[in-house]
Amino acid sequence: MTAQLTAPAPAPDTQRFARGAALLRARELGIGVAIVLVFVATTISNHAFANAHSVQQLLTGASLIALLGVGETMVIVTRNVDLSVGSVVGLSAYVVGDVFKHHSGFPVLLGYLLGIAVGVLVGSINGLITVVTRVPSLVVTLAMLYIVRGVDGVIVDGKTIDPAAIPKSFTEVGYRTFLGVPWLAIIVAVVVAVVGYAMRSFRASRDLYAIGSNPEAAALAGIPAGRRVFSAFVISGALAGLAGSLFLALHAQIDVTGGNGYELTVVSAVVVGGVAIFGGSGTVLGAALGALLLNTINQALVAAKISSFWNEAIAGGLLLAAIAFDRWLGLRVARSLQSAQGAHRDA
Amino acid sequence: MTPDSTTTTKPPATASYQGVDDGGQPLWRGLVRWETALVFVLIAVLIFGSAQSSDFLNGSNFFYISLNMGEIAIMALPLTLIVMTGEIDLSVASMLGLSGTVMGSLFHDGWSVWAAMAAALAVGAAGGALNGLLVAKMGLPSIAVTIGTLTLFRGLSEIVLAPRTITGFPISLTKIGVMPVQGTQIAWSALIFLVLAVVFGVVLHATSMGRSIVAIGLQPEAARFSGVRVDRIKFGLYVVSGLFCALAGILFTLKNSSVSYDAGTGLELNVVAIVLLGGVSIFGGRGTVIGVVLAVAIVGCLQQALTQMGVQPEVQNIVTGALLLVSVVVPNGGELLRRARARTRRGAVPAA
Repeated sequence: MTAQLTAPAPAPDTQRFARGAALLRARELGIGVAIVLVFVATTISNHAFANAHSVQQLLTGASLIALLGVGETMVIVTRNVDLSVGSVVGLSAYVVGDVFKHHSGFPVLLGYLLGIAVGVLVGSINGLITVVTRVPSLVVTLAMLYIVRGVDGVIVDGKTIDPAAIPKSFTEVGYRTFLGVPWLAIIVAVVVAVVGYAMRSFRASRDLYAIGSNPEAAALAGIPAGRRVFSAFVISGALAGLAGSLFLALHAQIDVTGGNGYELTVVSAVVVGGVAIFGGSGTVLGAALGALLLNTINQALVAAKISSFWNEAIAGGLLLAAIAFDRWLGLRVARSLQSAQGAHRDA
Repeated sequence: MTPDSTTTTKPPATASYQGVDDGGQPLWRGLVRWETALVFVLIAVLIFGSAQSSDFLNGSNFFYISLNMGEIAIMALPLTLIVMTGEIDLSVASMLGLSGTVMGSLFHDGWSVWAAMAAALAVGAAGGALNGLLVAKMGLPSIAVTIGTLTLFRGLSEIVLAPRTITGFPISLTKIGVMPVQGTQIAWSALIFLVLAVVFGVVLHATSMGRSIVAIGLQPEAARFSGVRVDRIKFGLYVVSGLFCALAGILFTLKNSSVSYDAGTGLELNVVAIVLLGGVSIFGGRGTVIGVVLAVAIVGCLQQALTQMGVQPEVQNIVTGALLLVSVVVPNGGELLRRARARTRRGAVPAA
């Protein structure tokens, strides 16, 4: 939608960029307002909803999808997509759990690193195949989804990892809080802050927007698109691996179905969060807020005693509304730019 | 990764494996090569299966293969045309579930089974029209739209039916789901697929409608300017897709003699995988119905062979994934090599 907003900026573009950035910020603000509205409305219908415990639950419930959303945003911004994240969560959670099961006394921190390593491995394969063969990432990561899920199934072989096998200090992250804030949410917030800052400020991550906005222009500008896209896939994989470790910490158990279907939830959250599916615009903060909004609505339904059967239909409707809103916003921005600067090609 | 970064990011419409390559080769040569390769793969799978078990090629085996693949294959046909136009429909399996759910719940409420089936088809057409409206008329990205309707349709199924499971369909009908067509070893759903495949093949390869679809996939703007009614065709294809998913939903329900809200969950990825394995370009404009038919046969036979060998379903997942990857990487890789060679011949000037 707002492809031209991220173009390298000579003088007249600065103003354009500022306007676009303001609109994007408004988008995040809008999602924030929506979250608050849902929260307040639910509290009115059920006073028990507004307490520290349910806020903690909201944050914890959204955290894994938000974490995956950060990596997914980096990939989608480059006009690619990573559908393998859900299966990576399952694989990394099981591998880490299995190591704990067979090597009691395995260092907890190494457990997290192992999870990340699994993700990095899958992400590298995704990135390598996408960049070298130029096969569309939708196909590459769809195939990887099957392959990773298959490998997971072979390793799991019908077994489950149960809570007894996992060290207490590992699962603590899943339920402990710091000053009332769940550790899980703090970790995700740190990741969102770091990646969000990088995406705004660093040359290499600005390149991702340029690649997604206009691949040919990015190439002509000398941006090493292959390397950048590869890195985006590796980071997405690493975060999915981390999410797998955290999944294990949160649930203290894992079987072969763990993480199944997360890929579509993540894409939903990212799109609701204002990341354009065809690349070039969107922020990781928006993606994280999108995940939080989806989860808040889910929990609000429970609190309002509406059957949980409505969850998915509402999530789907919300996603469609978000896409339509994006389109409307995009057209508005394009129009305002046109009237401000004369004829301007809408990307 | 790639030393020559100027060519890493071509726009989709001129993507490398559409057959419109630097060497100026005609489109059909690329196509013939791909379908030929699929035939060889199919033969290899059949030999592999027969080597594993001497009765791999017998009739009852054939029946199970056709029974397993029926619904997926039926949903793959309209999806082939949609992907040919450069769009996608990820909501197919949810549509299958929703139409089966509607059929089941109306039947449970005392409707005649025929009326319930008609309602299921109507729901399918309506769901397809919603996709078509959002994608074709409003111009929204189809991948995001159909992930949305995937969730929406599944959610509606939950509202309509969860947590019930409807059974008790008339046996005279459920027999259709599990019995071969009389005098043959082929499931009814597979027979329907084959008939429809012929229709789709004719439409895609021998009518102006088919040429329009290819044109939309290759260059939507150019197609629009040359008088192709792009929006109307895309809208129609989504409605057809919804209808066929409803048909698949009915057959799926009859096959299982029961339906629950989560019927067919996750099948969308199998359907997409079949279409891509069949050689349909994800960027649109390139693909054949015969390729998709061959892909259905390959996946069906391979699954059956692996099952008979006692290979776990998980390993079958790996094989499906690898097959999908190889099927797209190999032609793309060949194309890239040809380009690289053409460049070297021209004196190593980087393509601008």
